[in-house]
Amino acid sequence: MTKRGQRFVKVLFASMLLTLTVALSGCSGDKAAGDSTQIADTSAANSSEANTVANAETDTSLEVPGEANETEEDASHITIGIPQDLDSLVPSLSQGAGTQEILYNIYEGLYKPDSEGNLIPAVASDYAMSEDGLVYTFTLRDGIQFHNGNPVTVADVKYSIETCAGLNGGEPVISAFSNIVSVETPDERTVVITLKESSSPFMAILSTVEAAIVPADVTDLQTNPIGTGPYKFVSRSLQENVVLERFDGYWGEPAHIKDITLKVLADSDSIVMNLEGGAVDLVARISTSQAAELGDDFEVLEGTMNLVQAMYLNNAAAPFDNEKVRQALCYAVNKQEILDFVSDGKGTLVGSSMFPAFGKYYVEELNDLYTTDLEKAKALLGEAGYPDGFSFTMKVPSNYQQHVDTAQVVAEQLKQINVTANIELIEWETWLNDVYQGRDFEATLVGVDASTLTAGAMLSRFRSDAHNNFVNYNNPEYDDAYAEALAAEAVMDDDKATEAYKKCETILAETAANVYIQDMCELVAVRKGYTGYTFYPLYIQDFSKLDIE
Amino acid sequence: MKRKKIYSSNVIIGLVITGAMLLMILIGFIHTPYDITKMDSAAKLAAPSLKHLMGCDNFGRDIFSRVLKGMGNTFVIAAATVTIGTVCGVVIGAFTGYFGGLLDEVLMRVNDVVFAFPSILLALVFVSIFGTGKYNVIGALGIAFIPSFARIVRGEFIKYREMDYVKSARLSGVGQLRIIFVHILPNAMPVLMSSIMIGFNNAVLAEAGMSYLGIGVQPPNASLGSMLSESQTYLFSAPWYALFPGLMIILMVLGLSLLADRGGK
Repeated sequence: MTKRGQRFVKVLFASMLLTLTVALSGCSGDKAAGDSTQIADTSAANSSEANTVANAETDTSLEVPGEANETEEDASHITIGIPQDLDSLVPSLSQGAGTQEILYNIYEGLYKPDSEGNLIPAVASDYAMSEDGLVYTFTLRDGIQFHNGNPVTVADVKYSIETCAGLNGGEPVISAFSNIVSVETPDERTVVITLKESSSPFMAILSTVEAAIVPADVTDLQTNPIGTGPYKFVSRSLQENVVLERFDGYWGEPAHIKDITLKVLADSDSIVMNLEGGAVDLVARISTSQAAELGDDFEVLEGTMNLVQAMYLNNAAAPFDNEKVRQALCYAVNKQEILDFVSDGKGTLVGSSMFPAFGKYYVEELNDLYTTDLEKAKALLGEAGYPDGFSFTMKVPSNYQQHVDTAQVVAEQLKQINVTANIELIEWETWLNDVYQGRDFEATLVGVDASTLTAGAMLSRFRSDAHNNFVNYNNPEYDDAYAEALAAEAVMDDDKATEAYKKCETILAETAANVYIQDMCELVAVRKGYTGYTFYPLYIQDFSKLDIE
Repeated sequence: MKRKKIYSSNVIIGLVITGAMLLMILIGFIHTPYDITKMDSAAKLAAPSLKHLMGCDNFGRDIFSRVLKGMGNTFVIAAATVTIGTVCGVVIGAFTGYFGGLLDEVLMRVNDVVFAFPSILLALVFVSIFGTGKYNVIGALGIAFIPSFARIVRGEFIKYREMDYVKSARLSGVGQLRIIFVHILPNAMPVLMSSIMIGFNNAVLAEAGMSYLGIGVQPPNASLGSMLSESQTYLFSAPWYALFPGLMIILMVLGLSLLADRGGK
């Protein structure tokens, strides 16, 4: 008996151990996936516009909050969890959106984006553009100084812009800046930038953190980063933390909290523990399940990720080259149900390639263009010659759990009109290669975001000859409307340009270029007592608005 | 006498468990209580009840139905993978171990090369050649499993080829193939069987890990491994999601291990 018992127990134990191995490696696998999501967000941002704009997230810091609050004591402090260490402290060398969103607080460009999506003056106080859109004249802000106390001079501006444009030798750091012919400084307050050809997104690109103004005489920015932002760098411990302190010589509204520690939380599973245990006070972009585990000490703020999640269809591949088929899919998909399944109803529905954070460009009515109507969907399929439905393959990047989940719900919904969507998970690099660059796909489910604050960042890709038109959308009417917008922009007729952009969005929606779903929700955990967290329409964390109650 | 009885009881337990598992797999192929992709927002993460024996997952899909189907997928993939690995491994290992010499050198170096590649890399190469798809995981994993089996079998053959009974068989003119497969191979069985069991487990694990490359079971289809890894987000709010697929893996492996234990003696 004992022997038999031992043997049995041994085998049982061995089996359980093996199973545990399976379970644990399952865990680690997922953990990696969780971590990479942040990085992938970055790549998504980069990839979407990367071909033209080297890498655009946004720049610079601060912002002028509505009202002053000068009551803080010097002891004010907050610890913020960040998903990865900063890849560089030099703005022009920074890669990840996760790095640039932090550098926004240390560096500023001539202009910078605010929380509404507008560009506001930063290092420059004003600018003027010539009639032909080729010459930009900036006026330097009075009395502005760097963190080391030195005043910002036009030489610093010239140096910074020329470095980004590759005029000091080397490749342009920002590829769109290869359009810059010269940077002149006629007097001590004026900088004149001349372009080869007019470019409407030029100001937006100039406002990214990569194009930040840095001192020309400081050569060791990597260890001694000096900018003009509301926070200055104090110290850094690799893979551990970055310490910032309020810059008291800031030109604008000073930050409220004096000391900030950025703690690197590389393991996404430890986020809840760190928050609950008091090690960090604020973590952005947590998942709904992490949010659900947080206790009463925290407030979970809800914003949006500022991207358009959609089932993107290859408009050149049958049967998606047929508008009726695409419309049928739109009628069959129930967006609200997707939100209910995937994110407990959180998220904002979208109906075209534009999300609400863009304000004036966003056309809300398009959300209701296709209300779920299975009969109509079937009828459209019949008209298109697919009365019995069809099947297609949907490639989904496997590191985005939320896209994978959404894809499953979409596939289930499409079954109701006899359309079979076979999901094929692929890794992110393969997605970039095959789907985005190679355009070798039938359908894919991802989110596309904007790298700059211009409508073009979302809409230019759908021109029939756009190099990043990965869905192969080809519609002369759209090309005309887009050209109209560009023409209006060239003569600075903003209203007309906005109208034309809205027309573009409407065309995309009416021709069902893609099955638009939502702008996904972004959850931020903030310890009670801290206030002022502000969502930006771009990948930005603005610490200067944080405050203590 | 007593020892024999011990084996029998373990074999009986093993048979019962494995039989029950196979029965469930069979049922899963024929019929499941619910459509395994049918979503129900009212039953998201529902606890086990009479309606849903094992509860529901985050889409309100019936876990019992998915486990039934998933067991089938897992079993087919793991069994086919191990079969490819074992058959090829045994042939290569037997010949190289028995004959030695140049053949041994060449095949074992090739073996080392395959062994040196991480299985993920191997799978990527496989995907780029044969494309993605549900059954490619069997091929990719099967190839990755060959070297370990080949090594083990080769080691056994080197041990046995100089044994007296082999020598006498050779002297009495028994054919070499017969010596390899009839005289020596049965002696290598105990070691082989345990590596098959370990291989089976590794295959279950590897399949779950590889679906992200586009091979393996793709959602919304289910395998026990993929269910286990999907469930861990809900480990605390819905423990049954992880529990039942995990339990099934344990039982499947336990049953086979008990049988293998017997086979080995």
